[in-house]
Amino acid sequence: MNLRRLLAVSRKEVLQLRRDRRSMVLAFLLPLLLLLLFGYAISWDVRDIATAVWDADGTPASRALLEAFWASGYFDEVARVGDAAAARAVLDRGEAAVVLALPRGFARKLASGETATVQALVDGSDANTATIVLAYSRAIVLGYGARVRLEGGRPPLPLTVQSRVWYNEELRSRNMIVPGLVAVIMMIIAAMLTSLTLSREWERGTMEQLASTPVSRAEVVLGKLLPYLAIGMVDVAATSAVGVLLFGVPFRGSVVLLAVLSFLFLLGASGIGIFVSAGSKSQLLATQVAMIVSYLPSLLLSGFMFAISSMPAPLRAITYLIPARYFLVVTRGIFLKGVGIEVLRGEALLMALFAVAGVTLAVVRFKKELE
Amino acid sequence: MSAASGFSPNRVAEMLRKELRQIFRDPQLYRILFVAPVVQLLMFGYAVSTDVRHTRTFVVDHAGDATSRRVVEALTAGGFFDVVGRSTRDADVVTELDHGRAVVGLVIPPRFGADLAAGDATVQLLVDGTNSNVATVALGHAEGILSSLGVTLAPPAAVAGLAPPIELRDRAWYNPDLASRDYNVPGVVGVLLFLVCMLLTALAVVRERELGTLEQLMVTPLLPLELVAGKALPFALIGLVDLVLVTLLAVLWFGVPFIGSPLLLLFATVLFLLPSLGLGLLISTTSKTQQEAFMASYLTLVPAILLSGFMFPVASMPPLFRWLSLLNPLRHYLEIVRGVFLKGVGLPELWRQHLWLLALGVAFVGVAAARFQKRIG
Repeated sequence: MNLRRLLAVSRKEVLQLRRDRRSMVLAFLLPLLLLLLFGYAISWDVRDIATAVWDADGTPASRALLEAFWASGYFDEVARVGDAAAARAVLDRGEAAVVLALPRGFARKLASGETATVQALVDGSDANTATIVLAYSRAIVLGYGARVRLEGGRPPLPLTVQSRVWYNEELRSRNMIVPGLVAVIMMIIAAMLTSLTLSREWERGTMEQLASTPVSRAEVVLGKLLPYLAIGMVDVAATSAVGVLLFGVPFRGSVVLLAVLSFLFLLGASGIGIFVSAGSKSQLLATQVAMIVSYLPSLLLSGFMFAISSMPAPLRAITYLIPARYFLVVTRGIFLKGVGIEVLRGEALLMALFAVAGVTLAVVRFKKELE
Repeated sequence: MSAASGFSPNRVAEMLRKELRQIFRDPQLYRILFVAPVVQLLMFGYAVSTDVRHTRTFVVDHAGDATSRRVVEALTAGGFFDVVGRSTRDADVVTELDHGRAVVGLVIPPRFGADLAAGDATVQLLVDGTNSNVATVALGHAEGILSSLGVTLAPPAAVAGLAPPIELRDRAWYNPDLASRDYNVPGVVGVLLFLVCMLLTALAVVRERELGTLEQLMVTPLLPLELVAGKALPFALIGLVDLVLVTLLAVLWFGVPFIGSPLLLLFATVLFLLPSLGLGLLISTTSKTQQEAFMASYLTLVPAILLSGFMFPVASMPPLFRWLSLLNPLRHYLEIVRGVFLKGVGLPELWRQHLWLLALGVAFVGVAAARFQKRIG
């Protein structure tokens, strides 16, 4: 292994990359686009819920309960309906996500100490939003009930639940997504960029030229990896900085630990990219294979967006084979929980293993393909 | 190049026959057309779930009496929470949440039974908010279960006058069990169609250019419009076959309800194919190689999927993006697909979405055809 030869391969790769407009777009524009979309445009936070009101009671008491809904900041009144058919119609047309129905006699029951009922009719077709809408409604009704109890001089409920949310105190989905995005962006670099390196040489017929030079296989593989590792680390730093400074995602752990573990993960993922590339004679095929074997599983089965605990058992078993799963524990642990190596040592060990395995696979496969 | 005058369906049919023969001769394309959609539907159908069940729960029970055990039992009874560990030290719950081995910590104080008998007990609930979605839903479930349990467990003397002042009765329409799969699987249908039509159209046209056979096509008496139609139509047909395949799988395998009219879905799909194919053609006019076309398709797909309401509700987007998403054919198509599958609604409720699809289709195909013509001329 000769460092000078290795760097020469790297320089050649950088020159080639700089000339390839598409690759530059993938390296820098795509991460920016993803950050903008994930960090700013989309979220699971359910706010401004379009609410239709069916107030058959029309008393100060019923209005006071509705007022509690509006004051929560989660519900927005978009329509008033007068009967069941109209309620159904606003849900059918998707104009409202929920109809709050206060039946006649609401105020009378409330005053007499009977249990008054409120109905929440939700559009269940979006199960996730509906579940959250119901959770909010329940909390508001419970809180309003407690107020009525207190004002009426009645005893409080015997059991109080004191809830506290840790790590992501405001329950913003952005705080969960941005640390995960660090991993996804690295998978893109690895899958979409690194997988092109060797197949590009094959496609252009320069592979034989490269093979006839005195560089060794390991020097070629590592030399080709180097520029992508640099790009990946720049992307990680940029993503983290924008996430923290612009989107207000908390960063509670150690920057150094994040850098070290990110580097190991990137090394492994890029190794896999080269491995795919060594076996594909065309760039199109290489990208497609890399998408299917590394990018899509990392996106869907890592817990980036969808909780692993909600998956069926066979799929859950597969997730253990996906390196991104462990890396997500690392990024979320460092960003949100502020935990250190003492908690993450298992994941750190796996990252190191992944890095060694990725690079070894790449070198071995490349050698075999050429001979 | 146009010796022929006027648009001729005959020539398009000839072109269509040639294209279909070419497609079915390529074994790799076969896989993309039929195997990939099925695999993707299965993967998405199972992986994309936002149901929150079996949340890992760690219990710190300082009381250790019969009442505290009733609390834990009640919490786990509905299948929403699984107890993964117990201890009697507060520090343990911190460790478990830090390591991510538990998502919820329940802390029951000493003398819990006695406190409850006196009508004044408190339990502490600690939730890992990392996954905001899971945390919100789990918190809602836990608070609901625990506060109603308080009334059940408290001694009769304390319960006097405890009838809750207000009770919330909820009813979920269209999807009474609130199964997220019923919402996601129809969405996958839309995404798959979009992917197949756009990507394959783009690749097919660019391949002709790569192979240098596009010039051959241009010297034939085909009009540019006929050429475009002949190129795009096979993928429209394949899209319709995929629609039937994937819909059958969604209903028969995943048990997703299909309440509305299949005819309306077919009609909407035909409208949706227009903008999808148009985008594919548009990409093909800007790409020199298949590799480039693939990348451009990917760069189009990502924002289109994220801003469609497929996984993230349109209502939660900031106004600018909500407005931008109107230009996204996938958004309108998903509203139709979900309306037809789950709500059983028809044109009176969905005419707006249909109009949007038509408008976007005409716009995309129009621009693509104009660019195509220019490149040829």
